[in-house]
Order: sequence, then C-alpha cells, then structure tokens
Amino acid sequence: MLNKHSVLEKNSILMLIFTVITISIGGIIEIVPLFRMETTIEPVKGVRPYTPLELAGYNIYLREGCYNCHSQQIRPLRDEVERYGHYSLAAESMYDHPFQWGSKRTGPDLARVGGKYSDLWHVQHMVRPQDVVPESIMPGYAHMANRGADIQNIGKDMEALRMVGVPYTDEQIANAYRDAITQATNDGEGLDGLIERYGDKVNARDFDGNSNTTELDALIAYLQVLGTMAELKDYQHDGEKRSGQ
Amino acid sequence: MSDKNMEKDAITGVETTGHEWDGIKELNNPAPRWWLIVLLISIIWAVGYWVVYPAWPTLSGDGERGGTKGSYGWTQYQQLKESQAEIVARKAAYLDRFNNADFDQIKADPELYAFAVAGGTSAFKDNCATCHGTGGSGSAGYPNLLDDDWLWGGDVDTIHETIRVGVRFTHDESRISEMPAFGGMLSEDEIGHIADYVLSFTGEAYDGPGKALYEDQCAACHADNGTGGRDFGAPNLADAIWFYGNSKGDIMSQIRRPKHGVMPAWEHRLDESTIRQLAIYVHSLGGGEN
Repeated sequence: MLNKHSVLEKNSILMLIFTVITISIGGIIEIVPLFRMETTIEPVKGVRPYTPLELAGYNIYLREGCYNCHSQQIRPLRDEVERYGHYSLAAESMYDHPFQWGSKRTGPDLARVGGKYSDLWHVQHMVRPQDVVPESIMPGYAHMANRGADIQNIGKDMEALRMVGVPYTDEQIANAYRDAITQATNDGEGLDGLIERYGDKVNARDFDGNSNTTELDALIAYLQVLGTMAELKDYQHDGEKRSGQ
Repeated sequence: MSDKNMEKDAITGVETTGHEWDGIKELNNPAPRWWLIVLLISIIWAVGYWVVYPAWPTLSGDGERGGTKGSYGWTQYQQLKESQAEIVARKAAYLDRFNNADFDQIKADPELYAFAVAGGTSAFKDNCATCHGTGGSGSAGYPNLLDDDWLWGGDVDTIHETIRVGVRFTHDESRISEMPAFGGMLSEDEIGHIADYVLSFTGEAYDGPGKALYEDQCAACHADNGTGGRDFGAPNLADAIWFYGNSKGDIMSQIRRPKHGVMPAWEHRLDESTIRQLAIYVHSLGGGEN
C-alpha cells in the first residue's frame, strides 16, 4: 500500500481530487466553528463600535503599523494579568476589522492602555517618546501633531464596516464628520448628539491641546478608549454554558 | 514501487525508483524505522489529547469556548485562577493584617511596612514609572516624588487619596483645580512683572510693580508669601523647585496660558490594597510627611 502513491502522482486529475478532499477537511475544521461565531464571543456589557474619531485613530494605528511592536491581547496568564489587568475578551475586539491582537511585543501590550496615562502624556510621548520614557526605543511620530485627521470621509469607512457586521446606524453614519469634530473639540453644541449615539462614557475633549482636529487627536482618542468599554466588573467567566445569549 | 522490472542497485542491493539524473540513480530506501515509530506515537498521543483536553469544536457550541470539554476539565481560566490563588496564599500571611491595619499601625510594624514597600515598588514600576520616572524623580510636568514639595499634600492619607481619585481626571471625586489663563487679562509687561516678583521669592530682592499685581491676582491661591495652597493644588512658588521650568520665560508662559497636568485615577484599575501599598511606597521615597 505504501508504494501505491505513484498512482496518484502520475494522474493529475486524481491528484487534484485528492488534494481538494484533503484541504477541505482542514478547511471545514477551521471554518465551521465560525458559523457559530456567537458561541466564541462572551456576552459582556458596554462594548460599542468606535466613534468616528476613534475609528480615524484606529486607521492611523494600522497605517503606522503600531501592531508590529504592540499587541492588544492580554492572555489569561498570571504575569500578564498582574501587569496589564483583566485578560482580553473576544467581545472587546469584535468590532475591529482587522483585529489588532498582534503577535509581537517590542513595546507593551495596549489592550488596556485607555485611561492609564493623561492626554498630555500621550502627546509628548507620540512626538518624542524619550521625553517621557528615557529608556524607550519607540520612534517619534511628531508629524501627526500637524496633520489633519482624515475624517472627511470617515462615514464611508463606517459604511464599509457595516457591511462586515459592525452595527453602525444610518444616523451614526450621517453624523460621522460632525461627531468626529465634536469629540475632538468638546465644543458643547454637538455633544448631546454624540452621547446619544455612543453613550455617556465617550471621551470628548481636545486630546492634543491644539484646536485643530489632528491625527494626534484621533489616535489619542482611540488609545484612550482601548480596554475601557467592557464592564468587566459584571463579567464572570463561565466555561460551561454562557447565559444571556 | 515494486515493479518487477525495477532495477536493483548493484552495490547496496536496494531498488531504485527509476529516476535518473546525469547517470545518478535514486535509491528507494524507506523512511527510517525510528522516524515512523515516532510518527505513529504522535498520532496516538494526539488521540489521547483530544479526549483529555478541550480540542474539537462542536456545532452545538456547548462546552469550553464552543468545543469539547475534555475529560480532564482543564481550562486556561481555571489555570489562571489557580496560579493567582497561589500568589494570594503566599501574600496571605501579610495581606489580612495589612488590610486591617491603618497606616500608623503599618508604619509601626517593620514586617508589614517592608511588605507594603515591596508591593508598592512593583506596582509603581508597572503603573507610575511611565510618567513619574522609574526612580520617581519625575520630569517637567510630572511631579518629582523624591522631594518634599507636594502639590496636594505629602502625608500617607493624602497621597493615598490622590492616587485613588487622580487629578483633573474623569473620576467623580477627582482633585480639580484650574489656574486661569492671564494671557488676555494682563498685559505682557504685567505678566513680566509678576514673573520677576515670583522669582524674587527664591532669588534677589525685588521692588517693583509685580508685588501689587501678584497680591491682586495670584495670592488668593498661591498665598502672599508664595508658599502655595494645597487645598487647590497651587504649587509652592517660594521654594526652588519648579514644575514647568525656572526661567522668567517659563514662568511667564505658565501665567499666560497655564498647563494643567492630569493624573489618572487608579481606583477602578488597581485594588484598594495595591493603592495603599503604593501610597506607602511613595511616602517612603524621601519626602513623606507625617
């Protein structure tokens, strides 16, 4: 029997059929569980889609390749939980397309960096990291302080995300630009609308201390919300059956 | 292949595969026996693994993360819980006593005090060092915790409160104060005079219009003699410790459009015991007050 492989190897049609069968087995095992995605995302309160400004920040995070050095995934291991806080839940990245779990930690994990440092610290740190952390090897991103955030068409991004399952409403998309400006300036006028659309926990303020809505505003708004949405106090891991589905 | 007309290699007596390149023929040796045995053992091992550990996804989505549970009942969350219980057990000898003692009692008990300082040291490195520096020496805009110049107070209880609620943060009880921007209210000359007068607290005597302006505009918070006011986190201007720089230009810029530092509240991020350990550690750094 061990010698019969030459039959397969010399018949291209047969080879093709068996290749498809073999790959299908692997594929099915990987894909079928995803049809039941809801069973892998634990129910936890508080996780919402990003605001337009945060989404613009997320886009910058991708553009600059932050994921090359920073992960966003606290694993359920003692040392990680001690250092970074509660382990990450699948629900916390369910609106990230693509997710930013990352696999390399040249810098620290950022899954719960939101609220850990002040906005001013983030501004100084992004402009020249060594000013606040002398031993840091992170490069500076000073150019973001002067470039306007790409929020004119952020509604289009939201539409695209809606196609892959992020529950943005028509109202959120229609008000995207205005909401982004409101969040970065906290001008008061649009604030009620922003809160109505994204909840009262949303951070609205001038993140970078510069009245223009810069890339730095967007990125810091994104960083300051990371890991702060899920209400972990109420979350109980239950490995057997998850209630409330 | 075992075709009858397959050629045998004359030297080794092994069949060839019939493949030939430049007169060199490939021998049809089987894979080494030890390799085959390891492969088979691995397959058997995998079957055992499927039974014992969570492995196969299920359509029903029951069980750990929507898959089979495994007979051993292992989960990474259970493992985490156990490894955390181990630290708690190790700390338990001190933690109960620590949580029930007030700061004075802790200071009086060398064992508890050492425990608190050790715990505070490690929590400081993870959470505070990024702004206040690894050694606590701070930098422009981030207070030095090694000296005895405190914005909000330097006894353990006050330090504890500052860590708990933060400064100008979103916490409901956060410490809040805001120096007005005098840029539009006073002329550049007047701001310059005030800066000169402020510098005179620690420098050469000054006799000019700055004194009256200072007493009108600044003394309410920073006090007549410039010693500041901890009720509103107003810095002491009469010591030689400067928060945003010590040149006349730095001081004028701060009068014109003051920077307001923000410190996050740690109440919902760290547990109460850790915050108390941090308070004791920061207090121990050198400038702690009684």
